[in-house]
Amino acid sequence: MTDTVASKPEGTSPWGRRLVVAVPYLWLLVLFLTPFLIVLKISFSNKVVAQPPYEPQLDLAGGWQAIKDFFAGLTLDNYYAIFDYTENIEAYFSSLKIAATATILMLLIAYPMAYAMARAPKTIRPTLVMAVILPFWTSLLIRVYAWIGILDREGLLNASLQWLGIIDEPLEILHTEIAVYIGMVYSYLPFMVLPLYASLEKLDETLLEAAADLGCPPWKSFWQVTVPLSLPGVIAGCFLVFIPAVGEFVIPELLGGSGTYMIGQALYAEFFPNLNWPGACAIAVLLLLVLVVPIAIYQNVQTKEIEGRA
Amino acid sequence: MTKGLSKINLTALTFGFAFLYLPIVLLVIYSFNASRLVTVWGGFSTKWYVELWNNQQLIDAALRSVQVGLVSATVATVLGTMAAIVLVRLGRFPGRTLFSGMIYAPLVMPDIITGLSMLLLFVAMDLSRGMFTLMLAHITFSMCYVAIVVQSRLLTFDRSLEEAALDLGCPPAKTFFVVTLPIILPAVISGWMLAFSLSIDDAVISQFATGPGASTLPIEIFSAVRRGVSPQMNAVCTILIAIVTSGVIIASIATKRAEVARMREERAAMAGR
Repeated sequence: MTDTVASKPEGTSPWGRRLVVAVPYLWLLVLFLTPFLIVLKISFSNKVVAQPPYEPQLDLAGGWQAIKDFFAGLTLDNYYAIFDYTENIEAYFSSLKIAATATILMLLIAYPMAYAMARAPKTIRPTLVMAVILPFWTSLLIRVYAWIGILDREGLLNASLQWLGIIDEPLEILHTEIAVYIGMVYSYLPFMVLPLYASLEKLDETLLEAAADLGCPPWKSFWQVTVPLSLPGVIAGCFLVFIPAVGEFVIPELLGGSGTYMIGQALYAEFFPNLNWPGACAIAVLLLLVLVVPIAIYQNVQTKEIEGRA
Repeated sequence: MTKGLSKINLTALTFGFAFLYLPIVLLVIYSFNASRLVTVWGGFSTKWYVELWNNQQLIDAALRSVQVGLVSATVATVLGTMAAIVLVRLGRFPGRTLFSGMIYAPLVMPDIITGLSMLLLFVAMDLSRGMFTLMLAHITFSMCYVAIVVQSRLLTFDRSLEEAALDLGCPPAKTFFVVTLPIILPAVISGWMLAFSLSIDDAVISQFATGPGASTLPIEIFSAVRRGVSPQMNAVCTILIAIVTSGVIIASIATKRAEVARMREERAAMAGR
């Protein structure tokens, strides 16, 4: 009996095993992968005023000729259109810039926090972790909304600064780049703190003691021991926040202004108000192409992490 | 380290947590403001909550959100747990790389792309958009989060109990429900809660996945918030924050208790040997 268990590591009958694989697999194939293939297809279609608003339509009933016609009808025009329309190209660049800057800001804020959490007494560490995660459970929308009331021209920040006599005129923060950075840092901070904390907590403290015994000053052992050993956490945290930040829609829409037009907003504008489905799909494909390298690196790190533990 | 926190560390924590919590605390306080103006404190009042009670559109949207959340979290938990077992237990099989890719990708996929692709799928399948398509969309993105949560529990799982059950002739399916599931249950429950909160919070994907007449609470909040700050929105947000916070705290206390009880039982069993 032991042998049978060993030969089938999960101990399931072949049918049970197939079922366990097949159900989630099929679900994701139909509802995750297929939609992307559809996006890809429509990005090569033409915009028409019809329902649905694109052509050609693939009609498999029409046989081989229909398939040939379908491929002949595909076009790269939507991609050219992105490059022709400077606003969209600028949106790509500003998305990358905003996401990168926000990631660096988050790293600078999250690292001291994660470090302090990892150095806190063992008994209160779970509470601190919980306190970092708790705000993440409330909706992103609510957390962003909370900042509107603070940063507004007539908001709490301006009111208290004026009351304190620090400024005479209210500061214009809402609908600027600064507001978007604040929103991004605030919304994604837990995703940066947790991987950093995970790697800093594992750090073997005898290494630091050894460095100190050998006369290494604390700041030097921090740079030469702690920081290099926490790099996996830094990498995981940065990708975990950078990737969704590039495609962020809610934060620039609510906190940003004309100077912070991001690619998510460009996609939304093409799709809903302009009803240009092929154009929106082309923007989505190009956004995924921009993100494919960071996503691949992130997945690689994740898989290694899982396989290292398994 | 046992000597407690240095001054620098303490400062980092104080500022960090102040930054994380102050905006939410202010939002909650100002939901009880009698004045319509955001910066003027006009005294304590619960009138915005009374106003909410009479806003039928918002209440309908909230009920819809809860319905979608309950159904999609439950289905996502079943599918996500299966996916976690596939990732941890089934070893290599054809198409495994694609499978794990499809589990991790939704975690970092921009909402706007997920939403767009879902909508186009529903159009291609000729499904009329409403509650049903909302649920399909929510199940798909939240099952991946469930899979990750359950997976991390399965990775630290002591296999000897399962093996003992199988050795004694317990069928695999029964072994799962009698031995494995009770042990991983806390992770399954937190997976469900995560799925529920993701579903009830989502505005962007829902906007694509739903149709006319089936708007959810976040969609209503989003369109109201675009028009600026209003005390009524503060009140809605406060209620949501209260529900989520108490849910998370109760659940984490319950899991901790269950864990302590289990450890005590295990120790008693060891002593009994």
